[in-house]
Amino acid sequence: MNHHVDHFFVKGDPMIYAADLMIIMTTLAVIFVLTYYKKWKWLWNEWLTTVDHKKIGIMYIIAAVLMMFRGGVDALLMRAQLTVPNEDFLDPQHYNEIFTTHGTIMILFMAMPFIIGLMNVAVPLQIGARDVAFPYLNALSFWSFFTAAMLFNLSFVIGGSPDAGWTAYAPLAEPELDPGVGQNFYLLSLQISGFSTLATGINFFVTILKMRAPGMSMMKLPIFSWSILVTSAIIIFAFPILAIALALMTFDRLFGAHFFTLTGEGLPMMWANLFWLWGHPEVYIVILPAFGVFSEVISTFSKKRLFGYKAMVWSMVLIGFLSLIVWVHHFFTMGAGPDVNSFFSISTMAIAIPTGVKIFNWLGTMFRGRIQFTTPMLWSLAFIPCFTIGGITGVMLAMAAADYQYHNSYFLVAHFHFVLISGTVFGCIAGLLYWYPKMFGHMLNEKIGKWAFWLFVPGFLICFLPMFFLGLDGMTRRVYTFSNSHWTDLNVIASIGAALMGIGFMVLVYNMIWSARYGKRDKTGDPWDGRTLEWATPTPIPHYNFALIPRIKRLDEFWYVKQNNEPSVLRSLPVSKLKPIHMPNSSGRPFVMSWLFFIVGFAAVFYVYWVAALALIGVLVCMGLRSFEIDDGHYVSVEEIKRTEKNRIKEA
Amino acid sequence: MNATTEHASRPLEYSKEEGRLRIFGFWVFLGAEVILFGTLFATYLVMFGRYAGGPTPEELFKLKDLLIETFLLLTSSFTAGIAVHEMRRGNKKGLLIWLGITLLLGLGFVADEAKEFVEYVGEGAKISTSGYWSGFYTLVGTHGCHVSLGILWISGIMIQLVRRGLNATTARKVFIASLYWHFLDVVWIFIFTLVYLSGMVR
Repeated sequence: MNHHVDHFFVKGDPMIYAADLMIIMTTLAVIFVLTYYKKWKWLWNEWLTTVDHKKIGIMYIIAAVLMMFRGGVDALLMRAQLTVPNEDFLDPQHYNEIFTTHGTIMILFMAMPFIIGLMNVAVPLQIGARDVAFPYLNALSFWSFFTAAMLFNLSFVIGGSPDAGWTAYAPLAEPELDPGVGQNFYLLSLQISGFSTLATGINFFVTILKMRAPGMSMMKLPIFSWSILVTSAIIIFAFPILAIALALMTFDRLFGAHFFTLTGEGLPMMWANLFWLWGHPEVYIVILPAFGVFSEVISTFSKKRLFGYKAMVWSMVLIGFLSLIVWVHHFFTMGAGPDVNSFFSISTMAIAIPTGVKIFNWLGTMFRGRIQFTTPMLWSLAFIPCFTIGGITGVMLAMAAADYQYHNSYFLVAHFHFVLISGTVFGCIAGLLYWYPKMFGHMLNEKIGKWAFWLFVPGFLICFLPMFFLGLDGMTRRVYTFSNSHWTDLNVIASIGAALMGIGFMVLVYNMIWSARYGKRDKTGDPWDGRTLEWATPTPIPHYNFALIPRIKRLDEFWYVKQNNEPSVLRSLPVSKLKPIHMPNSSGRPFVMSWLFFIVGFAAVFYVYWVAALALIGVLVCMGLRSFEIDDGHYVSVEEIKRTEKNRIKEA
Repeated sequence: MNATTEHASRPLEYSKEEGRLRIFGFWVFLGAEVILFGTLFATYLVMFGRYAGGPTPEELFKLKDLLIETFLLLTSSFTAGIAVHEMRRGNKKGLLIWLGITLLLGLGFVADEAKEFVEYVGEGAKISTSGYWSGFYTLVGTHGCHVSLGILWISGIMIQLVRRGLNATTARKVFIASLYWHFLDVVWIFIFTLVYLSGMVR
């Protein structure tokens, strides 16, 4: 099979030569800057080997923003291709590769890491813990995600990108119909990042259940942490299914197995089932944390306790359960029969009920609140109507009989972009803006932030609203070009919207660069007058988070302590109670191990099994070394705690 | 809070916060493993009967190999249980002996399974032969890989036990590895029934 190595470099496309050049230039620039400013040691000690959940969270978010850029460029290329009829800016193969990488990157390498980044930053702080349950595993999760993302992106210039769609439907993605190495990149990089996500799910499930501050019963758990608990449970259910589905298709492609092939009595349909058995819960894995963010933000900026907290919790649990039993709605038209379609139609529509409950709870929270229109609040407010449109069109799609009309049309494309962008992307941005001062110690510029909002959100509506009508008018998804000139106007409008979103994204990033230099520094640690425990820590947050673990008596403890001037360690520290704090050690092994994973994947993509086997042995050696290591962590002395917390110390 | 009295009644592996967290985390991981194997079993059952003109399981499966493998693995789970029992009694030597026996039984299982696979391939049943055999090798092979990894893992823990003795950390490692080993045994019972017995009875 090693004729694949002959096609190692992707040749013949000027855009790819430009990308080659950019990759080389960027790498050289990074190496130069790090060397010139003598930052290699700093990079290694402070970031590459860290097991601190806050730093890991920041790295996740940076990687996610970079991937949003890559996925966004793909999106703009697609819109450029589809603006006017009979466009030939991209050739059909290139177009297939771009919509495949756009979908895969946005879901798995943008939305997932963004959310995991936010949960890393906020959850241990919200529950009053000093770290996650398994900090070393957390570092391994990040680095294996990161190397998987690099592996996936490498396909662009080496070997060729996957081109069978992000759903990789069999038999289209099988070797007979898709002989290059692109699909191998998809399978192996998703396998590695899937492992990383499963590890994160287990880590946060245990963290939230076992590491809450004393007194914080489940019904006093902040709502964002609740959303992560439910999400983690769904991850633990869903991601092993993805691992198996990917493994089976990998065996088909690498070893000639017959799971989804047309020959050997394989069953292409089984891929659709396995993929969506994971893929539908995945939709809720990325949406529930966003619901958690909106709940925190709306409550904080309405200066009111979250309305119907318990209903919010139970609706998330119910959504989590329902998410596992609706997968067939992704292929109503593939011939399952009326009974099966009816079941999945009804279970799908049922999700609208708990979701509706949540919408009313957010409105109820704002009712008679003192609303502050900060940037995170704006994104949360925009979410409600946009997501409602996405939800209603979702119920329209859930009607199996009607779905036969608009299945695989732009109506569907508009629907899922409405739910995923207004839900997940707005949620990620709201969460990033909300926790930004906690992460970096300075505020973002609100004026620039509002510019970004007013470019991106109307851009989003201008881009995707026309697609509902294009879909109802018969334009199908994944078309490389169209010839019907009736569709030109709406497509031109959609492309203008996409351009506005791109500009909005750039302004958002510009805001971070501007604010790093000029933004107002926050010394209080609580710039938004927050309700939950993360705002009780000083900024910058000490790596041990809490000098003394607080005792919790009620929901939104910190808010009540502030309102009622109650004495509490959340506000000042009785110095006599300080004790040395036990913290985990840094380790370079997760970083090394993840690059070994990368080599395993990269070698297997090109069918070079001996290299893959050697690297896999390297992974096993790393695991062995970890097992033999005596790693009891280290203690932070009382002196160091006093130095760090000098503003909050209360001499007793 | 009196740390010593609180922990005196607990087994060694649960005596530290870290041990309790990791054991609970491993239970959650096993939950994910249940889904993983559940998916493989579902795949296998869907592939049942899809022979594409290749060999069928009733032609190839041999009761003798099945019984040897089942005996070895089920006994190894029992000896792993005795090992943990010896650990609870604080008997390091007994723990090592019973872990050693467990490993030997596990090695015997893997060797017999490898022999079985080689024979099947010789008779023309390869992973690329048909949907059925793809499902078979993937399910049974994944279990076999788990057992092999378990052998490496427990060997490493035994070396640590010899070097560092029995303490809260090594006890936790033994306990988690034993959970893993019992889990593989449970999975084998399903393989025994759903793969081999139903394959032969038809």
